[in-house]
Amino acid sequence: MAVNPAIERVTDLEEVPRRSRGQAAVADFCRRRPLGAIAAAAILLMVAVALAAPLIAPYDPVAVNFGAMLDAPSAAHWLGTDSFGRDVLSRLIHGSRTALLVGFGSSILSATLGALLGVASAYFGGRVDLYLQRVMDIFLSFPLIILALALVTILGNALPNLITAIMIPMIPRCALVIRSSALSIREMPYVDAARAAGFGHGRIILRHMLPNVMAPYLIMVTAFLGQAILLEASLSFLGLGVQEPIPAWGLMLRGAAVEFAEAAPWMAIFPGLAISLAVFAFNLFGDSLRDALDPRLRTQ
Amino acid sequence: MGTLLSVEGLVTQFITSSGVVRAVDGVTWDVEEGETVALVGESGCGKSVSALSIMRLVAEPAGRIVAGRILFKGRDLLQLSEEGMRRVRGREIGMVFQEPMTSLNPVLTIGRQLTEGLEIHLGMSPTDARARAVELLGLVGIPDAARRLRQYPHQFSGGMRQRMVIAMALACEPSLVLADEPTTALDVTIQAQILELMKSLSRRLGVAMLIITHNLGVVARYADRVNVMYAGRIIERASARELYAHPRHPYTLGLLRSVPRLDEPIRARLDPIEGQPPDLTRLPRGCAFVPRCAFRTDRCIVERPDLRPLNGAEHVAACWEVERVAVGGCPKVAMA
Repeated sequence: MAVNPAIERVTDLEEVPRRSRGQAAVADFCRRRPLGAIAAAAILLMVAVALAAPLIAPYDPVAVNFGAMLDAPSAAHWLGTDSFGRDVLSRLIHGSRTALLVGFGSSILSATLGALLGVASAYFGGRVDLYLQRVMDIFLSFPLIILALALVTILGNALPNLITAIMIPMIPRCALVIRSSALSIREMPYVDAARAAGFGHGRIILRHMLPNVMAPYLIMVTAFLGQAILLEASLSFLGLGVQEPIPAWGLMLRGAAVEFAEAAPWMAIFPGLAISLAVFAFNLFGDSLRDALDPRLRTQ
Repeated sequence: MGTLLSVEGLVTQFITSSGVVRAVDGVTWDVEEGETVALVGESGCGKSVSALSIMRLVAEPAGRIVAGRILFKGRDLLQLSEEGMRRVRGREIGMVFQEPMTSLNPVLTIGRQLTEGLEIHLGMSPTDARARAVELLGLVGIPDAARRLRQYPHQFSGGMRQRMVIAMALACEPSLVLADEPTTALDVTIQAQILELMKSLSRRLGVAMLIITHNLGVVARYADRVNVMYAGRIIERASARELYAHPRHPYTLGLLRSVPRLDEPIRARLDPIEGQPPDLTRLPRGCAFVPRCAFRTDRCIVERPDLRPLNGAEHVAACWEVERVAVGGCPKVAMA
């Protein structure tokens, strides 16, 4: 009876090469970039934890328990409790949702908008390019956090505003990188061919040029992920990000570091570790992905 | 047959740091319906810029069409709006580019690239466009079209890609195809196949063609009429047969002499045209070919010859010394 599955597999010829090509790429990535693969595993774990947060968190992250304030790590509270008796582990698990939402939201949005601007800038060239680049330069002259701080002060600190505030300063950084790849694509004959075929500017930018800058785009998304998470944590730490009682890593650190650093160090250590590990994993994965996708960008 | 395209006094310039380059300097030529016309000349003589000018795709703001008219089916393309021009490109005038390796988008499937124009210009549904794409690939001789449409350009050989580019140019049944060095990047046997294909398709579909090339062999076999360009100007025009039999401009003569021929005794060496093409930012007052010309006289240096009709009304050449060229005075001797 063991013969049957083998026959089925052989008859399924169309599917076999496609599946194995994807698998081969993943296997190749794991073999050549073991660190990147570990980082990818960590990221997947984080995403899984964030998705399943209500299921795996042992306590309600906002439930106040005055009977268990500032408890040290124990069997009941693995990572201890905070000054309101809330379980640190549960808050960490739920906090990963905030971190990933802000991280993915702002990095994907900023990379996408940046890619559009960069490609458009390269495609039109001339004056459009000049003015767009000067505006980008103005944005680039501010450090990320200063610009994000200013924006969040103007916009307010609801979650969508936070994502916007983190996204906007990253747009020009992405636009700059994408523009440089798009400039070389602008010179490719197939772009002229698309023009000679009578296609409009929008179609050429979106359908013909954007897919060709996919590699730098993906690299920018992963590179921004770590930064965005760090930025969100920083803003929350400064009290301008997510507000209590929403669980967020930076916020947990803020509550903990100032008053309880000596009395209850677990309150600060674990969120700090979570932030470091998340940022580290995303950066490591981003670097490996960059090397895997585009060896020419390695030196940047 | 009426005139399909007539270019009148076209001047296209590029502004560069070293001055104004007069890439196309007042050329006039036309293409009859269904006819194959060749534009011949060496690199940088303005052939490609002529084609790009017709499509109005000269890279702005450095390049600019300064003067002239481009009448296509009676309309002046230079007066059309950008939107109107977009409806002409691809729909009424198709274009075949030089490099089949790079004129197809590597990240889009063959099918997508072929159907896109059909959907945009002819408003076809995706299903109809697909059916037409299969038909088109068959037309240009690519077998197993249904499977091929799902593939990407890197899965095609050079010759097949150029067939694909031709299919794209012909997709919307244009009345004119501009082919800018369509075979330069291909090896010789494939060149012949591609040219045969283009010729037979142009006959079958009644499409007029403008072939831009520096390959005189191509011209001899496939063109009805030939325009020879030098330094942004047309210096001789005749039917292909007449041009080969009786070249009347020293440059044309030089071009023909620099090609190895099978129908003549083997000479030990080819006769190249000595010297360099002129700097297009500083064209001389007289004839631009003077520094390299074996027939030059004092008049050539001070006065620029215009195109003048010769014995046949269809044969024109811009040279003061057409009579001496016709006699076939040997340039080598004249130069000494």
